[in-house]
Amino acid sequence: MNIFSKPGRNALAVVVVAGIMGYDGIVLAQNQPQDPPQDQRIDYQAELPPTTVAVQPGEALFEPPREEDIPDDQFGAMVRLGHQIFVDTQTYAREYVGNGMNCTNCHLDQGRKANSAPLWAAYTLYPAYRKKNDHVNTYEERLQGCFRYSMNGTPPPSGSKALTALVTYSYWLAQGAPTGEVLPGRGYPVVAEPAGGYDLARGEQVYQASCAICHGADGQGQKVGESYVFPPLWGPDSYNWGAGMHRINTAAGFIKGNMPLGHGGSLTDQEAWDVAAFMNSHERPQDPRFEGDVDATRERFHQHPGFYGRELNGKILGRDNTGQ
Amino acid sequence: MHYANFGFFISILATATSAAADLGQQIATQGNSRGAVACVACHGPTGAGNAAAGFPRLAGLNADYLAKQLRDYQSGARDNPIMQPIAQALDEQEQVSVSAYYAAQEGSPAPLIGRADRAPQSLGERLATRGAWERDIPECVSCHGPGGAGVGAAFPRLAGQHASYIEQQLQAWKQGSRGNDPNQLMRPVAEKMTDEESAAVAAYFAQLGTADSSQ
Repeated sequence: MNIFSKPGRNALAVVVVAGIMGYDGIVLAQNQPQDPPQDQRIDYQAELPPTTVAVQPGEALFEPPREEDIPDDQFGAMVRLGHQIFVDTQTYAREYVGNGMNCTNCHLDQGRKANSAPLWAAYTLYPAYRKKNDHVNTYEERLQGCFRYSMNGTPPPSGSKALTALVTYSYWLAQGAPTGEVLPGRGYPVVAEPAGGYDLARGEQVYQASCAICHGADGQGQKVGESYVFPPLWGPDSYNWGAGMHRINTAAGFIKGNMPLGHGGSLTDQEAWDVAAFMNSHERPQDPRFEGDVDATRERFHQHPGFYGRELNGKILGRDNTGQ
Repeated sequence: MHYANFGFFISILATATSAAADLGQQIATQGNSRGAVACVACHGPTGAGNAAAGFPRLAGLNADYLAKQLRDYQSGARDNPIMQPIAQALDEQEQVSVSAYYAAQEGSPAPLIGRADRAPQSLGERLATRGAWERDIPECVSCHGPGGAGVGAAFPRLAGQHASYIEQQLQAWKQGSRGNDPNQLMRPVAEKMTDEESAAVAAYFAQLGTADSSQ
């Protein structure tokens, strides 16, 4: 299987040829392609095009300010609240979360870590045109998407304290970062699909050997008290079928760059793809855009490497899932 | 199942459970005749350990974690001149039973401190709750749980553990005398920590959840 073999390839090719890129499928306004095909325009978090921003060994990275330098005033208080929500979303933005995740599960080091979709590299790319909804999106809207999909919840309204705090925390982290420039370490590393594709059985072996000790033998995560210490990777408390992480290539990039925790880069590309596919071959909360027909939802929103709507072991993933 | 048989089954089960508990207590307080000295001599009857001597607190640690440590002393994966001969003198049943005994001892509950509840007030607290990611050192609490409460059988409780013991173990990881971390998760982290950081993070966890008295 090749990531370019899917129906979305033409639109993707436009993006690649134009040499432009944005955060999770956004297209920078000054470089937007002409007339993107319909299916690509509405694909949430469309394919990340291959980029030239991967961190090179020894390359200097943008350094966000230190926590101890948060000013001791009202602005600083909002930065701190944003940090708290980001790191402990379950406690500080409970009402907007519908699963067991915290923002920092996918954005390590409190949203600071390069190659783990750092906030400082995302903030400065907005507002931006997004093919998904064919309009210029604000950073607030991008954060709302995270709550809707990755957190399987209800997005905090624009102007709400929670959303303002997260925007303020991101803005503060991006102090000194050039606006509109793609910075090294943005997003997750792009890991090309191995020539031989991926294999779920091998992925399960990688999972049991390297991941289960933290995330549990059945991907259920591990809790202390009411809260997850290790996030659930599938099942009802995990990210839903609309989240970017459900895509095999995205998950492979995250895993390759960051897993096991503190040991990023220790898996081979093949292992990262195999285990990403294994992880994402399990059932999870329904895509919020589902309107009753899994085939239609897949056709419309899932033109990328993933298992949504595909048959596996006699079951069609996402079909009998109401998202409840 | 017939009621009489069911009752018989329960009584057998209760007897077996009670026997295991008795064995655990017996090993802890008396050792065995094959050379294992009583655990209480160093770890105390309630598993409080001994801060001055660097003997770890055992009370409330995960039973499977404790049993694995005994097996690893036995095999040499954990190299310690005091514990190795003791662990080697215990059979598997004794190891499991005495682990369960100390796991069941009540210590102070670990306070479930939210990692974002306040800005770090010390180097130790910063490492524990923020890590040092520029060197790929994750927050300790990201594996050991909120406030170092411990997670499952692989990530032991740190809250209330003696600073002397935590620091000693961080050094043991670095020097290679301890190599029993599952999936080699801990040793590379310890190797990246400076001596100052090891001492600071040990002191931070030692003062959490220590309402009970210990020596």
